Amino acid sequence: MMSDVALEPQVVAPPRRVSAFRRLLRHRLALLALIVLAVLVIGSAGAPWLAPHDPEELDIANRYAPPLTEGHILGSDDLGRDVLTRLMYAGQISLSVGIAAMLVTVIVGFSVGAFAAYYGGWIGVLLMRLTDIMLCFPSVFLLLFVAAFVTPSLASMALMIGLTCWMEIARIVYSQILVLKSADFIAAARMIGTPSWRIVLRQILPNTLAPVLVAATLNTANAILLESYISFLGYGIQPPAASWGNMLTNAQSDFQVDPWLAVFPGLAITLAVTSFNFIGDGLRDALDPRIRDR
Amino acid sequence: MARFLINRLVQSAILLLGVSIVGFALMHLAPGGPLAVYTLNPTVTAQDIERIKVLFGLDQPVYVQYLKWAGGLLSGNWGYSFFGGQQVREIVLDRLPATFLLMGTSLALALVIGVAIGTLAAVRRNSIFDYATAIGAMIALSLPTFWFGLLSIFFFAQTLGWFPAGSMTSMGGGGFLDRLHHLVLPVVVLALVLVAQWSRYTRSSMLDILDQDFVRTARAKGLKSSRVLVNHGLRAALVPLVALAGLQLPLLVGGALVTETVFSWPGMGLLFISALSTRDYPVLMAILMVGAVVVILGNLLADIIIAVVDPRVKLHDE
Repeated sequence: MMSDVALEPQVVAPPRRVSAFRRLLRHRLALLALIVLAVLVIGSAGAPWLAPHDPEELDIANRYAPPLTEGHILGSDDLGRDVLTRLMYAGQISLSVGIAAMLVTVIVGFSVGAFAAYYGGWIGVLLMRLTDIMLCFPSVFLLLFVAAFVTPSLASMALMIGLTCWMEIARIVYSQILVLKSADFIAAARMIGTPSWRIVLRQILPNTLAPVLVAATLNTANAILLESYISFLGYGIQPPAASWGNMLTNAQSDFQVDPWLAVFPGLAITLAVTSFNFIGDGLRDALDPRIRDR
Repeated sequence: MARFLINRLVQSAILLLGVSIVGFALMHLAPGGPLAVYTLNPTVTAQDIERIKVLFGLDQPVYVQYLKWAGGLLSGNWGYSFFGGQQVREIVLDRLPATFLLMGTSLALALVIGVAIGTLAAVRRNSIFDYATAIGAMIALSLPTFWFGLLSIFFFAQTLGWFPAGSMTSMGGGGFLDRLHHLVLPVVVLALVLVAQWSRYTRSSMLDILDQDFVRTARAKGLKSSRVLVNHGLRAALVPLVALAGLQLPLLVGGALVTETVFSWPGMGLLFISALSTRDYPVLMAILMVGAVVVILGNLLADIIIAVVDPRVKLHDE
């Protein structure tokens, strides 16, 4: 076994022709994750047309119906509302918060990292020190602290999560740009008088895209997890609006009456987060030529 | 070495200063400020609020307030809880051992299991074991900790009755075995994510090492492969892992908070959640700062260990 590893010949890298997207598709788990995610997105976005019931419709006669009974595919909750329907509508909120929060992390992280690296000076030092400082706070603590004092809404949740999770992207962009800054093609662009903003947008942005894309995908997964926890504790999305997290608020007592109620929302979260993580992993392999053959 | 130490200490001190400024700013930027709990209470009149402001020193300029607060933190006067008026330092430090017990046990367990899985996966690269643990780790990383905790309570505590559902000791209990019994479920839940991360890091770290010349040399000399693996491979692979342990600390502290709330484990995390519902500012601030200090000290410790273990770092310095 051991000698196998040591003597394994270097795998010859496939020709560069294969596009990154093709390579992502070859990554079977990432492909599976893309399909699962597509189902979740279609189910959530299409909820008004696809859902079997109205999310607020009460069916008091059939409270706590088990799955596949009384016309409720995944059962009904404590007020007789259809669980599948609520999961679909909750998906709209949970996925939107995740993606919107990811966008915030990318915008803030990229701005901070790019500004600090490109202009440098004392502002640059200050910005990167701020990044270090923010990284010292466990983000769950910081997030809960802020969430308790802000009226929760979809936008405020996304903004708060985004503002506590941008540091990793800032560091990636910062170190990438420091390397790029001394590259010849940037010097050439500057020599022919290209304005700074144009260099940042046209030369630097495309070159930092790959690692940022990977980090952004993983950030989406993390943001969905954070939203679910905050909403579970009652500081996030408020009922009657449903999010996967707040559907679990009563999970502990639900277990006694109807365990299914506590299972499905958690499964939805796990499916969505696993999908984003696998896609991020696949993207990392697809975009980084060095680890392709590992 | 001395210069390196002083250098790192100064850096940590600067970081700590920054953390305290950001924390203080956060407290004052929050809607309602530190007095939210009073201004929202209809039985408290405007005059009362003015008096409370003077009492807490909130009528003074911001920088004076900051200096007083920061000075208090350093000298051990962390203020008083808004509820019950207890010393914040006592309330928080009271909870610290429980949190450290939970974090320490989980970390130790995760280290052993994670490093073992990662090493095996690296040695048997591309085997079924390698793929299975890779997929397992990814799913473990994606499980919402609180939900996994709830499920484990449901199965192992309520249905099977093997373990208690929460808290640190039973009523009237408190012996070693009783504590151990209570520790099992929360530790497993918190350790799961850590095992997943450690096995991945160990695997990639080991793969890097196993490809290097000194490992090949050791094998060529005819050393037994298990010996090469432990003496050469694992020893070298552990250095980047220590650095990672430092970087993972915020996650560990955050995960402990989530686990504590699910299992009503009487640590800092549970205290934080209950202080949050009453908006007990001094307590919240103290926990936020203790959390950050733990992270900073952990990173400092990781750096020092690396400097001691890794000969390359020392060369830089002399």
